[in-house]
Amino acid sequence: MVHQVLFVIFALISVAGAVNLLAQRHPINSALSLVVVMGSLAMIYLLLGAEFVAAIQVIVYAGAIMVLFVFVIMLLNAGAEERTRGSRIALLLGVPGVLVLGCLVGWTMISNSRQLGGVSISPTNFGQTSNIARLLFRDFLLPFEITSVLILIAIMGAVVLGRRES
Amino acid sequence: MVPLSWYLILSAVLFCLGVFGFLLKRNIITIFMSIELMLNAVNLTFVAFANYWNEHATLVSDKIIPLSGQVFVFFVMVVAAAEAAVGLAIIIAVFRTRETLNVDRVNLLKL
Repeated sequence: MVHQVLFVIFALISVAGAVNLLAQRHPINSALSLVVVMGSLAMIYLLLGAEFVAAIQVIVYAGAIMVLFVFVIMLLNAGAEERTRGSRIALLLGVPGVLVLGCLVGWTMISNSRQLGGVSISPTNFGQTSNIARLLFRDFLLPFEITSVLILIAIMGAVVLGRRES
Repeated sequence: MVPLSWYLILSAVLFCLGVFGFLLKRNIITIFMSIELMLNAVNLTFVAFANYWNEHATLVSDKIIPLSGQVFVFFVMVVAAAEAAVGLAIIIAVFRTRETLNVDRVNLLKL
């Protein structure tokens, strides 16, 4: 019961943050509401027993990535969003398409929720850091090493793109 | 005990809100944040199914590694961090030459 109440509270907070992200016209307000979404998602990960994922959600997403966003918004002195028409095809085709997709997924989930069953906080130290580390450095060692190359390339790309041409 | 479908519906709602932001917002930084929101929604699905298969792994086969969903989330976060660094560098480069963040005025595929 407590589990369900906590889930509903944090789910409502995250949806409210996501709606606020769309409603705000100034990018800094959108960035701060995205931090709210990420924080409440970290709480939902804790409810799923994923402690390590919740920790890196807070540290990497709500910490590092959002600080980068806020830095760029302040660096560029971004003002409120201009009101322009935008693309007609996105409005006419995209919005109904997304609505249909959302309704379809929601309806499928609701009609199959009996068969899907439920999840609870696993008792056996499921999402512990040591378990994930064992998997990461044994079964997923090659992808893990490749991501280090990816990060290196990303850093070099960011430096090259951000350099001022003289 | 929370039904798995609740997590999936929350994930679908967040993903759809992210797509709406991507389609309707005009500020390039806000569009980028909508993409991050979509990535987060997918991560929630991964974690929910990781927990689910941890409890129901015997139903399908022995070859399922129940924790691999959380390892996938780890990789998604790494790629998202790299993507954020490169994307924001591109935004800065675009702003430096065009002095605007409005995507309607960034319609040429060059800086």
